[in-house]
Amino acid sequence: MARMNYARASCTALEAAMRSDDRVVVVGEDVGRGGIFGQYRGLQQAFGGKRVIDTPISESTILGAAVGMALAGLQPVVEMRVVDFALCAIDELVNQAAKARYMFGGQGRVAMVARLPNGLWSGSAAQHSQSLEAWFAHIPGLVVVAPATPQDNYSLLQASLACGDPVVYLEHKELWGLEGDVDPAKSAQLGEAEIVHPGRDVTVVTWSRTRHTALEAAALTEQQGVSIEVIDLRTIWPWDRDTVLASAARTGRVLITHEAVQVAGFGAEIAATLAEETDARVRRLGAPRIPVGYSMPLEDESRITPQAISAACTKLLEPRNARNPHR
Amino acid sequence: MNKAVRDVELALALALYRTMARIRAFEDAAEEASKGGVAAFGASLSEAKVRGPLHLSTGQEAVAAGVCAHLKKSDLLTSTHRGHGHTIAKGAALDRMMCELFGRAPGYNGGKGGSMHIADFSVGMLGANGVVAAGIPIAVGAAHALRARGGSDVVACFFGDGAINRGPFLEGLNWAAVHALPILFVCEDNRWAATTASDATTAGAGALARAEAIGVPGAQVDGNDVFAVWEAAGRLLAEVRKGDGPRLLHAITYRVKGHVSVDAAAYRDAVKHDKELERDPLVIAAQRIATRDQLEAIGREAREEVAAALKIAHEAPWPEAKAAYTDVQDTGAGRWRG
Ligand SMILES: Cc1ncc(C[n+]2csc(CCOP(=O)(O)OP(=O)(O)O)c2C)c(N)n1
Repeated sequence: MARMNYARASCTALEAAMRSDDRVVVVGEDVGRGGIFGQYRGLQQAFGGKRVIDTPISESTILGAAVGMALAGLQPVVEMRVVDFALCAIDELVNQAAKARYMFGGQGRVAMVARLPNGLWSGSAAQHSQSLEAWFAHIPGLVVVAPATPQDNYSLLQASLACGDPVVYLEHKELWGLEGDVDPAKSAQLGEAEIVHPGRDVTVVTWSRTRHTALEAAALTEQQGVSIEVIDLRTIWPWDRDTVLASAARTGRVLITHEAVQVAGFGAEIAATLAEETDARVRRLGAPRIPVGYSMPLEDESRITPQAISAACTKLLEPRNARNPHR
Repeated sequence: MNKAVRDVELALALALYRTMARIRAFEDAAEEASKGGVAAFGASLSEAKVRGPLHLSTGQEAVAAGVCAHLKKSDLLTSTHRGHGHTIAKGAALDRMMCELFGRAPGYNGGKGGSMHIADFSVGMLGANGVVAAGIPIAVGAAHALRARGGSDVVACFFGDGAINRGPFLEGLNWAAVHALPILFVCEDNRWAATTASDATTAGAGALARAEAIGVPGAQVDGNDVFAVWEAAGRLLAEVRKGDGPRLLHAITYRVKGHVSVDAAAYRDAVKHDKELERDPLVIAAQRIATRDQLEAIGREAREEVAAALKIAHEAPWPEAKAAYTDVQDTGAGRWRG
């Protein structure tokens, strides 16, 4: 067990994978300097420039080359800096990486981990602050992972490296400095959620940074005598239906909350599943359908706060016919 | 004194110097106001007035000044994440720019964009951009629009040396050449792309050689010599205005600051860095203009203008939260919840 931050945790997992399997390579901008968040620190010194490959600013070729690497036997870890720049490589991710195995009748597989830091980045405005997990969940062929803690960034990266199919690995842009205990012996399964705070009255399903916001909300609602169960999904696709449905059966009320825009966010998929499979009352809480603004009062409109989560939980406990005039 | 300088009237030389001095004063003030701000390299929240990544063009003033001196208000400009200099040189007001950096309502973008998206459409400045090379295709489209409206207006399209390794550079230049569009491409080559030296990731002889291979002629200049930039840009822009098709100006300069204001850039060789600092474009220009008193006055005026802009920005109101919901789209826009 060691204490380390979220960036170090991923770096440690990657280093171990690179030591045990020389097919694992890193490819992306500024990786030789350790990556802009320090998530590759020391790797080029340890493994050299042929395995930790500094690239030009050429996102489409970074991702496209990774597809070629994977089809020809390497296992690339792709650095995209932030999810917003991965949009410059969307053909390579969606039409190539995600389709190759199926289209070619299983002759090849694209074992790659594409790291696309996701989420609201303070003061960085509309082109650097998006949360796009639902886009990737929509694409058959992709696994979508969103770690929220140093332990998960260790264990889920390890699991993603072992996955064999393309993994869209969505670290959060603002969690790099988060400290926590990491037990390298602790493994994680892709598709397995974690109940991070057990509770009786309302289930809150979330992932990534909002896990921490939801835990703060749990403390708030506890003061009002409302007990919420916080589930960190950890993997967006495949998502852990069993854990969520079982919790919904216990509490009868589910709030899904995420930093992404609420409209057509992944919360909608979970809500629809709950509607199909349970009698639970369901609400969603995501960002309004606006780009993230630079100025603080504008940016704040896109933030999910503990207060908002707590208020949404309270609404789930109100009688069903109390209509919310804002909806 | 070289020929280019002799050809420049003193008044013009002073005007070029003034533009550079105003950019320098603005960047210095913005840098100060960003201290403790959010880094591109590991985020931390703070009370900084200018939040988020702030890309300074300190030391690159001659490129913006020398090119934009030839532009009319009706000409258009596309920029990069490092866009304050281009915006100032195209004619934007410092106080409204500073308000934008401070996230205040009177800012050009109403606080929605900040430094990385600064824009002043009223002077033809179509926006800084958070995505490397994204301005190039936009410039191509803008040039089509200018051609459709007739006349001899042009687009100045600025981008960094890092941008020439993205597809839009090839696609945009090829397209512009095929359609003989009125664009001056300006590769502002500060030799760094974030923490990586550009020559480590760029094959061949760089921007101009690539342009020429596509059939876009141009020139390479010392981008820290405002007169050299002015002279070359003038010649190329005259050809562009005549309808001869696109041209590319490859201006070699140097990124004096870190990639963002709070990046100490410890990855650069200190000795080489200090050597580069000796080639300050304002000092180079000043050495060639004899009238020292006037230059000092220009520098002082620039700092005063920026001080006034800072005061305005400090006192300016924040945007109202409900402004977050305007200008998203008309059909199907979300509604303010408040
Ligand atoms: C498509 C894309 N990839 C990566 C980035 C991150 N990034 C921002 S600026 C920059 C370096 C750009 O270098 P250059 O074009 O030379 O401009 P400079 O910063 O030197 O002015 C990088 C890699 C980005 N903004 N957009």
